[in-house]
Amino acid sequence: MEVTASDLDNLKATELRLGLPGIDAPEKPAPVSPRGSKRALLVSNEECWPGKNKSPEADSGGQEAQPMAKAQVVGWPPIRSYRKNSFKARKEEMEAAGLFVKVSMDGAPYLRKIDLKVYQDYKELKEALDNMFRCFSTGELSGMQGCNGSEYAITYEDKDGDWMLVGDVPWEMFMSSCKRLRIMRRSEATGMPSSP
Amino acid sequence: MSEDEDGGGGSAKSRGGGGAPPPFSDQVLEIVLENVLQFLSSRRDRNAASLVCRSWYRAEAQTRRELFIGNCYAVSPRRATERFRRIRAVVLKGKPRFADFGLVPINWGAHFHPWVSAMAAAYPWLEKLCLKRMSLTDGDLSLLAHSFPNFKELSLICCEGFSTAGLAVIAEKCRHLRVLDLIEDYLEDDEDEMVDWISRFPETTTCLESLGFDCVGSAVNFEALEALVTRSPALRRLRVNHHVSVDQLHRLMARAPQLTHLGTGSFGSAAAAIPQGGNNVVDLMSTFAGSKSLVCLSGFRDVAPQYLPAIHPVCANLTSLNFSYAEVSAEELIPVIRHCHNLQIFWVLDTVRDEGLQAVAATCKDLRELRVFPLDPTEDSEGSVSDVGLIAISEGCRKLRSILYFCQQMTNMAVVTMSKNCQDLVVFRLCIMGRRRPDHVTGEPMDEGFGAIVMNCKKLRRLAVSGLLTDKAFAYIGKYGKLVRTLSVAFAGNTDLALTYVLEGCTKLQKLEIRDSPFGDSALLAGLHHYYNMRFLWMSSCKLSVRGCMEVAQRLPHLVVEVIRERDEDDDHEAVEKLYMYRSLAGPRNDAPPFVEIL
Repeated sequence: MEVTASDLDNLKATELRLGLPGIDAPEKPAPVSPRGSKRALLVSNEECWPGKNKSPEADSGGQEAQPMAKAQVVGWPPIRSYRKNSFKARKEEMEAAGLFVKVSMDGAPYLRKIDLKVYQDYKELKEALDNMFRCFSTGELSGMQGCNGSEYAITYEDKDGDWMLVGDVPWEMFMSSCKRLRIMRRSEATGMPSSP
Repeated sequence: MSEDEDGGGGSAKSRGGGGAPPPFSDQVLEIVLENVLQFLSSRRDRNAASLVCRSWYRAEAQTRRELFIGNCYAVSPRRATERFRRIRAVVLKGKPRFADFGLVPINWGAHFHPWVSAMAAAYPWLEKLCLKRMSLTDGDLSLLAHSFPNFKELSLICCEGFSTAGLAVIAEKCRHLRVLDLIEDYLEDDEDEMVDWISRFPETTTCLESLGFDCVGSAVNFEALEALVTRSPALRRLRVNHHVSVDQLHRLMARAPQLTHLGTGSFGSAAAAIPQGGNNVVDLMSTFAGSKSLVCLSGFRDVAPQYLPAIHPVCANLTSLNFSYAEVSAEELIPVIRHCHNLQIFWVLDTVRDEGLQAVAATCKDLRELRVFPLDPTEDSEGSVSDVGLIAISEGCRKLRSILYFCQQMTNMAVVTMSKNCQDLVVFRLCIMGRRRPDHVTGEPMDEGFGAIVMNCKKLRRLAVSGLLTDKAFAYIGKYGKLVRTLSVAFAGNTDLALTYVLEGCTKLQKLEIRDSPFGDSALLAGLHHYYNMRFLWMSSCKLSVRGCMEVAQRLPHLVVEVIRERDEDDDHEAVEKLYMYRSLAGPRNDAPPFVEIL
């Protein structure tokens, strides 16, 4: 199975490195509250900026074990924290609204994560899930109502914590309420109790 | 001393008071003078008038209505309120500008408290207050609300320390409030302690003219907001935060068709429950069409591009458009831009791309101010705008006065072209985000480009430089930048000569902020003749030592020389990591935190 971007993410997360936590500032959103709490100022000064102690980082070579991103310099480029946080905060809020969701499949040894924003409609989503979990199932996945050829049903957990069948509501509404996906064996789906 | 401070207090002989009262004829003259001086509004004119003689000094002090304090530590509140007794409006600025970029530690200072306490006693008729980069608490806001029965206008820009609780007191107690503008402030709000401040405005018709809270992180009570807007017939400017959905905005606009300035909240985010279909956009468009007075639009957080056409009906009337929080592509922006023939102020993200700027150049012939911000403010991001866009703007927008341009790469030729085409430039701020990056075509330093700007733009007052710059660039600035008042330098220059050129040449220099440039003590000492004419000097990550800074402090007793040391610096006590120095009549401040050493 080919190595995908999400595999790289996982590898990086488990990689042993010498370096300050949070050093991957460009990739992981820093925990800055959009509400501008007291902590936010501290965070923006201390956590987001590795290697802030001795500034010209470029000259000292930024040797703090940065495999990927160049060492960030405090306050450069000169963009107000307010503006920087506006975009980060939005991204956090949108993530919270369920755009990156975990996908589990009954019987599969590990989960996957997908970005719902990438898909335009249910068809694309199904195809993507098909591709992702092909190796774990013999036939085609299908979660749509009325399709009874497959042994799996695609379900999702919504904002209220209920497990719903994928495909009932308009795509936009699904996108904004879906918190995670579960590809469920039909045998489980039929006699299942109210909570997973 | 002083071009824009509150007058020549340094010259002791111009202080009034003490000794016998002036003879009767002088008193009459003073009254006559007061009647004349009351028409003088410019503070620079007033400062000049106050230096003529004691009589003029007194008359001017009695008739000044607006007090401008460019540095809250330059004078003590008591001294200011003793000299000027009849102030109705105060502008007060605190932290150095580099605090916006995280270079000044928290709790550095700029506390509002001593000022509001002094003013509460001295100016019971205070009507207007504008604070920039000050630190204020809810207690301060409460004191304000209770001390000034006639209070009308509050503007807080880049301030911090207060919360919705403070806003609630203002809303409730300031019965004559016309303006409440919160601009890029950091509110201290814990989730569970948020206060419904909108509901605290008086239930009767209000005299609100301007309400701006786009920086308030917490959602406001929408029903209360709608009711407030409904009972505020004088409301002309409304800027809501991103929690207000496009449907809610629709309702607000219907209540206030007389608005001239509108800051939208979220403009069609997918997260909100949007009913299907394009009907929404059509409805919104007709609402915009009904707002015939709109001249300024901003906000556009979380834009859904299909909602953009809704603003087409008002574009032709717009003089100011702020899209700098809207992540929309050039293709989506260009149709909007093409309607904006009368635009004078345009703020946008670099997603506008060179093509978008070309559209601006073709359409917005009256453009005075352009700001292009980076969506991804890092050094390695992909540049979306370049020298091509800059040249296009310079060719199309000849009346340009102010530009702030973030890019990844630039050429001297483009900057030279702008210097020749835009002769009215007063503010030129170019930020090439890659540090020390040369001209990407010729590989040369950016000296010639910035040199051309100072040479050709004879009205230039504010300059920010970037890219690879040698001492030569600063030689140009010192030689030609005779009107430059504010200069920002980062990662530039080779030797002390560069700073020396500037300090010796720029006779009108008032604000100088420098970071990460190889300037040392001898350059610092080259400015001794000028520092009393300046509001401040900031130098961080340069090559200064305690000895050099100490010498400045000793030679210039009216300069406060602050050395700021972060907590985790090593024990190199000789090097000065951050220097902030400013002229002051008040002497060393008594509220300095432990990490500030005043030499």
